[in-house]
Amino acid sequence: MSSGKGRTKMSKDNKVKIKVEELNLWYGDNHALHNISVDLFENKITALIGPSGCGKSTFLRCLNRMNDLINIVKIDGEVVIDKKNIYDKDVDEVSVRKRIGMVFQQPNPFPKSIYDNVAYAPLKHGIVKKGKECDELVETSLKKSGLWDEVKDKLNDPGTSLSGGQQQRLCIARTIAVKPEVILMDEPTSALDPISTEKIEALMLELKKDYTIITVTHNMQQAARVADYTAFFHLGKLIEYDETETIFVNPNNKKTEDYITGRFG
Amino acid sequence: MISRKNKKKQENNPFYDPSLKRRHSSAKRFKKFTLTSLIFSIAFLAFFLFDIIGKGIPAFNITYVKVEVNYSEAAVKDYRKAVDRKYRNIISRAWLRELPLIIKDNPSLLNTKKTQWVLADDQVDQYIKGHHYRLKRKDRALIDDMKAHDLVELKFNSIFFTQGDSKTPEYAGLYSAMVGSILTLIITMLVAFPIGVMTAIYLEEFADDNKFTRFIEVNINNLAAIPSILFGLLGLAIFINLFGMPRSSPLVGGLTLALMTLPIIIVSSRAALRAVPDSIRQAGYGLGLTKIEVTRDHVLPLAFPGVLTGSIIGLAQAMGETAPLIIIGMIAFIPDAPGMVTDAATVMPAQLFTWAGMPEKMYIEKTAAGIMVLLSVLISLNALAIYLRKKFEVKW
Repeated sequence: MSSGKGRTKMSKDNKVKIKVEELNLWYGDNHALHNISVDLFENKITALIGPSGCGKSTFLRCLNRMNDLINIVKIDGEVVIDKKNIYDKDVDEVSVRKRIGMVFQQPNPFPKSIYDNVAYAPLKHGIVKKGKECDELVETSLKKSGLWDEVKDKLNDPGTSLSGGQQQRLCIARTIAVKPEVILMDEPTSALDPISTEKIEALMLELKKDYTIITVTHNMQQAARVADYTAFFHLGKLIEYDETETIFVNPNNKKTEDYITGRFG
Repeated sequence: MISRKNKKKQENNPFYDPSLKRRHSSAKRFKKFTLTSLIFSIAFLAFFLFDIIGKGIPAFNITYVKVEVNYSEAAVKDYRKAVDRKYRNIISRAWLRELPLIIKDNPSLLNTKKTQWVLADDQVDQYIKGHHYRLKRKDRALIDDMKAHDLVELKFNSIFFTQGDSKTPEYAGLYSAMVGSILTLIITMLVAFPIGVMTAIYLEEFADDNKFTRFIEVNINNLAAIPSILFGLLGLAIFINLFGMPRSSPLVGGLTLALMTLPIIIVSSRAALRAVPDSIRQAGYGLGLTKIEVTRDHVLPLAFPGVLTGSIIGLAQAMGETAPLIIIGMIAFIPDAPGMVTDAATVMPAQLFTWAGMPEKMYIEKTAAGIMVLLSVLISLNALAIYLRKKFEVKW
């Protein structure tokens, strides 16, 4: 596979938000990502699909340096955001994560009140001051994540008292509150029921107006429903990256076609 | 080999199992064994408590006799002259010794006479309680006579809680040992809690998993199993000989016990930190929080009940410890309560150890009563640990 695979000719009018160049990743001796190069577009939803263990979650975690938390990981290559490689020595991973938020597979609200879940990080980052300014941010964040009407009367209840789908939307609200530019979602609906999933998907479509969203999903229908672009990973390699319609209707690569049609994976 | 009888059973019941009877009886036998062990341990505990309470309860009352006390000049010079000669053998000498001091504090008492309740001698007390006693026939007759006139009475033994150790058994109390214990444990906690929790945080949240940290981990676990008397030797060598801290003092005792409590606090705090789900840390890092913010505001509050429980259990263990304190001299005869952490002091278990070796019979019940006090403090500490854990536990 050529390293230029992710450099698609498609849609010249899209603005590139994240430019990944020759990214390689090792877990100890295990070479988990091979020469990934891909342009991820601003204000679009990009879905990463592929069978289990193909490296899609690992790739996602490279984009906000979450893999730095694992000692044995070694990364080579560049992830360029706003003309700056985030793996440069003079870049602090904490400030990267402020601008690139993350939502996880399991809803993981802090064991604090709904209000504190949203307000904690912005207060720490100094985005808002305690008081009215913070109240407003909590309200807009919860409104954006579509949770406001459900929780506005019980902001002091613990975040864990909500249902799974509500918790996940709370986690999204918490992420939005930090005012990131990119939101990474690692299988955000795989632990949720169909109705909650539908709500999250609608929310993703709503959020892409303001944010660049990259999501990992096991659910191909979901990728087809929400994603503008889809990247297919297999055995640590990026096999194909294109507009979602092309991937699903007319894939270039035989492996992609086999996976999409359910012949493996 | 299936007997004919079994063959017949087999035909009627397709699930028939010839080993069933054997299996059932062996299961029953096993159950009986386990139950017997349980009953044994409960019986031992019940016997112990019954014995201690039976022996200790009488110590909470002590005998007083009503006699005429003469606050005279002669009594100031020789305290024995304060009471009539015939009463001298039945009245506590320790109590009489206090008389000149009382007069000095209240000069108005001088040259007055008062008929009042006076602490009796320990042999009189043992005689009244029906224990083994040693009294001259003359004194016993006097007591019997006074008893008939209601001049002998068992009163609540406040001396036990307000006085320190004494060579006169009826005047010996647990007060100075209690103060000593409290001062010692304050030092222990002030040293062991922050160091232990910080060590646990470093090992769980910051340290890499390499040979060095594994070496430390193994050693901490070993430290928890070291005979406590060795900590006493360590305390003696380092704190007293090297640093020249005052021996027998709560300061040295507390530091020594802190060394002993550290591994317990570290191990239990680490377990509590490890039990915090990693998703919480991930969530924090995903929001761009620093390691300090994640650890302090999200991980520690969740681990706190476990940390607290471990620390209180460590504290309870330190409180019951005697061996290392013997080595650093906290076993000496110390009648006065320490005012500072550098004063000579003793602790409750050490006080009990001293009393248990005394020949006078009255010390037996004092020892038992002391054990009751110590046990109730320990039980309260454990109850506090459970209460705090329940209170701060975050519903998940």
